[in-house]
Amino acid sequence: MATATDRRTDIGPPNYSRFLPPVIKKNYGQWKYHEILKPGVMVHVAESGDKLFTVRAASPRLVSIKKLRQFADLADKYCGGHLRFTSRNNVEFLLTDPSKIDALIADLKAIGHPVGGLGNSISNIVHTQGWVHCHSAATDASGVVKCVMDDLQEYFTQMKLPGKLRIALACCLNMCGAVHCSDIAILGVHRRPPKVQHDGLNKVCEIPNVVAACPTAAIRPAMVDGKQSVEVLEERCMFCANCFSVCPAMQMADPLNDGVSIWVGGKVSNARHEPMFSKLAVPYLPNTPPRWPEVVQAVRTIVEVWAKGARKYERMGEFIERIGWPRFFKLTGFEFTKQHIDDFRHAGLTYKRSAQLRQS
Amino acid sequence: MADSNGKQTPLLDELEKGPWPSFVKEIKSMAKESPMCQDLLGQLEKSYGEKRGYWKHGGIVGVMGYGGGVIGRYSFLNEEFPHVAHFHTIRINQPSGWFYTSDAIRTLCDIWEKHGSGLTNMHGSTGDIVFLGTQTSELEPIFKELTEKDFDLGGSGSDLRTPSCCVGQSRCEWACYDTMQLCDHLTHHFQDELHRPAFPYKFKIKCAGCPNDCVASVARADMSIIGTWRDNIQIDQAAVKAYADGGMNIERDICGNCPTKCMQWDGKTLTIDNSNCVKCMHCINNMTKALRPGKDRGATILLGAKAPIVDGALLSSVLVPFIKLEPPYEELKDLIERIWEFWGEHGKNRERTGELIQRVGLGNFLEAIGVEPIPEMVAHPRENPFIFYEEYLEEGDEEE
Repeated sequence: MATATDRRTDIGPPNYSRFLPPVIKKNYGQWKYHEILKPGVMVHVAESGDKLFTVRAASPRLVSIKKLRQFADLADKYCGGHLRFTSRNNVEFLLTDPSKIDALIADLKAIGHPVGGLGNSISNIVHTQGWVHCHSAATDASGVVKCVMDDLQEYFTQMKLPGKLRIALACCLNMCGAVHCSDIAILGVHRRPPKVQHDGLNKVCEIPNVVAACPTAAIRPAMVDGKQSVEVLEERCMFCANCFSVCPAMQMADPLNDGVSIWVGGKVSNARHEPMFSKLAVPYLPNTPPRWPEVVQAVRTIVEVWAKGARKYERMGEFIERIGWPRFFKLTGFEFTKQHIDDFRHAGLTYKRSAQLRQS
Repeated sequence: MADSNGKQTPLLDELEKGPWPSFVKEIKSMAKESPMCQDLLGQLEKSYGEKRGYWKHGGIVGVMGYGGGVIGRYSFLNEEFPHVAHFHTIRINQPSGWFYTSDAIRTLCDIWEKHGSGLTNMHGSTGDIVFLGTQTSELEPIFKELTEKDFDLGGSGSDLRTPSCCVGQSRCEWACYDTMQLCDHLTHHFQDELHRPAFPYKFKIKCAGCPNDCVASVARADMSIIGTWRDNIQIDQAAVKAYADGGMNIERDICGNCPTKCMQWDGKTLTIDNSNCVKCMHCINNMTKALRPGKDRGATILLGAKAPIVDGALLSSVLVPFIKLEPPYEELKDLIERIWEFWGEHGKNRERTGELIQRVGLGNFLEAIGVEPIPEMVAHPRENPFIFYEEYLEEGDEEE
């Protein structure tokens, strides 16, 4: 058996320079400008005059090795064997010969991968694992994304929106997908306090850690049927599931109450407005696999309200800030409820603290 | 298509329909040769029927000498779906900028075909190549084969998570420093911190070449390194004119959207009051041929972003308004180590850097890491009068 010392360790990732196409090696740091030529296709022009063409295609993020080998074959056929992936899980093919672009796009379409996601479009949905692979998911991830993008695909393959629109999905509040600064965020939520498995809780969990994990101090140590365990003050629980993260005996998954919330108006770029958090638009929609029609409809409603009303370049959050939240709820038809009003830390900062209101 | 028990998957089959690429098709494409993928389909179909997940909390599994890089995953339904009883995830540190050759992709595929489900994420949320689903016994062989091909594991648990970066100077004219080189450098320099969890909680570093922040560093990284410049935006007036002649309404769409209104267009010349430019990128984004960032380039360093758990989401906030970033990056690495030292000593279990700063106060944090407070760090000075002083004068003290 191998020991820890006779293997290679701590070598880190392979250096990126091994994977760069010659045109990038030659013009590294010497790019002059770029242009979007058509949906999903752009050209970068270097000071030297060299041109690099990029074709961007959608991916479901969960890809098999068979698909990856197909991508590799396409890279060999069109790009001298060079490809990359983007921060939103798209795949990009890097060409120097523009005459090959249309054939590449046709080949990508033939294996089910639409080209787009550049400029004023909806790029791929950043998302988490969901029921495919996660223990804490309150909804599926890949399935909801598939349904939403099936519906919005026209906005990926065309550039007919006022500005960029970034959608992200996280299947629980841990937010591996960090959806909290997206134009539209789809977030899985629990709505029922943990079901404490008193049997053996103190064997699998450190009770002080479970108590300390609760941000609202809803959990206290307790003896239940002669067993050391914890009790939950249910009226204080806001279903964050942090206790479950530190202790599997605090079961959160609950098919009757789990579902999806929708948030709007966040951004990370500094263009025009500073980065913003997304804000609550719809507190709860039920989990309705396999096609989640309520979620698909709500997202489309938001996209269309924005697409119709936004000024050129205006992101969702900038648009809503300009028209005001009352009008956003009126235009979307979403009900404004008690759940929309913040009651966590510093909630008062989110109250409207002026008389500047549109009265008609 | 049936699972290993011969059951059909009518709910998942619905997700093979429609124009968007289907993850169900991806899983099914492997199901013929992989019982693991068959049982994954079976368990997922059950999730779709019952509206809940069936994965257990992660167990502690890994490769010898490392504490991170593998996420243990076990099924609650191990009797019904024995081939996914173990279904661990492996995180593999991606090359900077997510560039590959077809050979590198095939190398990864060959290893994964031999030892796991054949399913991947390209890529995971933090940036790693994710191998989705294998058994404990396969971990050491996979690790050996990966390292023979110059790949290594990424981070997980309470360690330095795999740093990531945007495409940077390899393909972007806006990159204000070499994001791919810095990301690669930091990743190699901090290998021990990445593989052996010794922090209070996770620490993420993301390198964005310009304020467009294509890697969402301001929302997702404990340390966000965002490229910027301090001299004048480079203007090609002839190209500006060409945009105007091409129908662009420069006054309304460019100057009108400038957050500090520092630009003027008189129909012939675009003038910019660079002393009031806040480097938002709007004008540069939309006049790519005419405007470019200045030549005196570096980065702004911000600290503390995180998702909501536990005490609410945070965006990173300014620590260093401008820093030059050239190898060997000693100033930056020294700063990172001072932050880790204070966090390691004072951070509570599962407390992110941003939460620590909230708890002890940014002023105290700065003092601890030896950074002077400056107005660039705040949106505005305090509004409340509850000011702390550590000392006070007694009767008879000499006034200084």
